[in-house]
Amino acid sequence: MIWALDFALLLFMILCAIAAITVKDLLHATIILAAYSLIMTVLWAEMNAVDVAFTEATVGAGITTVLFIAAIARTRRSSSD
Amino acid sequence: MMENVVIRTVSRLAVPFIQIFALYVIVHGASGAGGGFQGGVVFAASFILMIIAFGMANVRRRIDNRGIMWLSVIGIATYAGIGFLALLMAGNFLEYAAIEAALGIPHLHGILIDLVEAGIGIAVMASMVSIIYDIAGNGEESS
Repeated sequence: MIWALDFALLLFMILCAIAAITVKDLLHATIILAAYSLIMTVLWAEMNAVDVAFTEATVGAGITTVLFIAAIARTRRSSSD
Repeated sequence: MMENVVIRTVSRLAVPFIQIFALYVIVHGASGAGGGFQGGVVFAASFILMIIAFGMANVRRRIDNRGIMWLSVIGIATYAGIGFLALLMAGNFLEYAAIEAALGIPHLHGILIDLVEAGIGIAVMASMVSIIYDIAGNGEESS
């Protein structure tokens, strides 16, 4: 556990989380959510939870992004509120 | 997208390596990181790459809805069959040591763990591909 790396990763993760719920374009929000998931993967691996990191990388950054993009392609891309 | 030769060539090169890596994750799951669920998801990701590169109809021709159904059933049946086999040999559910003691084969539990992981992987892969078919497809052959 490196203190400075942890701090930077957590800060960037919180920034990504806030950006994902405030951005108007849903496709941008999906990509930011994938970046959030990638940072979360690094954090899990750093905390020696390799299995959880693996699941987060495959499901969070892989399958969920594809499903969200497929769902956006079926509906409208920009949120109304 | 179908006429993009770069995407098609890179996918044709990458898909076998992704699938080999998925099988490695499934088999290696007993002694290291990974397991049936992660390997199945990685295997499904290779099918997603094939859908992106070659189109939905091409992949549906390789695995149709009937094949998805059979793969799910085979995966669940492998998992539950070995679990109930342990119950039959007077152990708990998925207690590999009971089967090993009853059959008298040494180191059988490693093979049984791999079989259970393979069952989980097959079921997860089929379910993920089914979800992708239903969400990303344009509604044809939906049964």
